[in-house]
Amino acid sequence: MNVTFWKRVAAEATRLWEGALFKFHPRMITCREFDSFVVDYLDDKLPIAQRRKFELHLKTCESCRDYLTAYEKTVEIGQALLISESDNPPADAPEDLVKAILDARRSAQGSN
Amino acid sequence: MERIGIIQGHNARHCADIELAKRICAGDQASEAQFVKEHIAWMRKLARQLVINATCADDAVQDAFANAFRALPKYEGRSSLKTWLHRITVNAALMKRRKSRQLRECDIDALMPEYDRYGLRVETPWPATETPEDIVTRRELRQAVIAGIARLPENYRNILHLRDIEGLDTATVAAQLSISESNVKVRLHRARSALKKLLESTAQELVS
Repeated sequence: MNVTFWKRVAAEATRLWEGALFKFHPRMITCREFDSFVVDYLDDKLPIAQRRKFELHLKTCESCRDYLTAYEKTVEIGQALLISESDNPPADAPEDLVKAILDARRSAQGSN
Repeated sequence: MERIGIIQGHNARHCADIELAKRICAGDQASEAQFVKEHIAWMRKLARQLVINATCADDAVQDAFANAFRALPKYEGRSSLKTWLHRITVNAALMKRRKSRQLRECDIDALMPEYDRYGLRVETPWPATETPEDIVTRRELRQAVIAGIARLPENYRNILHLRDIEGLDTATVAAQLSISESNVKVRLHRARSALKKLLESTAQELVS
C-alpha cells in the first residue's frame, strides 16, 4: 500500500463524511438544495432560516464557494453587456424602417 | 367603435400615454410617427438580444408595431405605453425566433451542476480573471459571451435576457411570459448555470 492509495482513501472518507453531514444535520443543506436557494439568495429574498443554512453551507463547502463566485461573475458579465450596450446605443432607426412601419399602418387602416 | 377606457386610479404619468393612444386611434399621422420614433430604438435593441440576427430583429419590430397599432384601441393605461410595448415586442421577437430556428441550441441538461456519489458538488474554480466590464469591452470575449447566450435554449435564454440583462424583476418576467414566478426562478438558475459552464473555457483563456 503506497501513500497515494491512503491519500485517496482519506479523501474519499472525507467526502463521505461531508456528504452525510450536509444531508442529515438539521442545520445543514446539501449542494443540490444550495442550488435551489441561490436565486433567492442573490435577490436577497431568502427567508432567514434558509439564509442561515445557505450561509453555513457556504462556509463549509469549498466547491459551492467556487461555484457561487463563478455564478455571480456570470451574472455580472451579462449585466456588463447591457451597460456597454447602453454606452454605445445603436444608431437611430433607419428612416426606411420607420417608413415601412408607418406605411404598413396606413395600408392596414385602408383595408379596414 | 374604438374605445380607450380610462381605468379608475391609473397613474397620472400615464395620462400622456393615453392621450397619445387616443390621437393615434383617431388617425393622427403625426402622433403615429411620434409613437414609432419614440420607441423604435429600445425595441430594436431588445429584439436584437432576443433573436440575434439583425434582419430578423427589425422584422420583429415591424410585427410588434403592427400588433401594437391593432391593440392600441384596447390600451387602458394600466401600465405605461413602454411597458405595454415591451411585452408586445418580446412576444413578436419570440415568434420570429421560433419561426426562423436560426440557432443551434445546446443541450441544457449537459451543462447543469455536477455532483459526486455523495451528493457533493464537483466544481472546477474559475481562475482570477479580468473584471466583467473588461471582458465585455474586449471584442473577442464579448462575442464569446453573446455566442454563449445565443446557444441557450429559447425558454432559458429569454428569461436570462429579461432578468439579468434587461434587469426586470421575477414578477414582471413571470407576467410577461405568462408563467409562474417559481418557474422563472428555476429556469433562471438553469440558464445562469448553463451559461457559466459555456463561459468556463473563455474564463480559462483569459489567464493564458
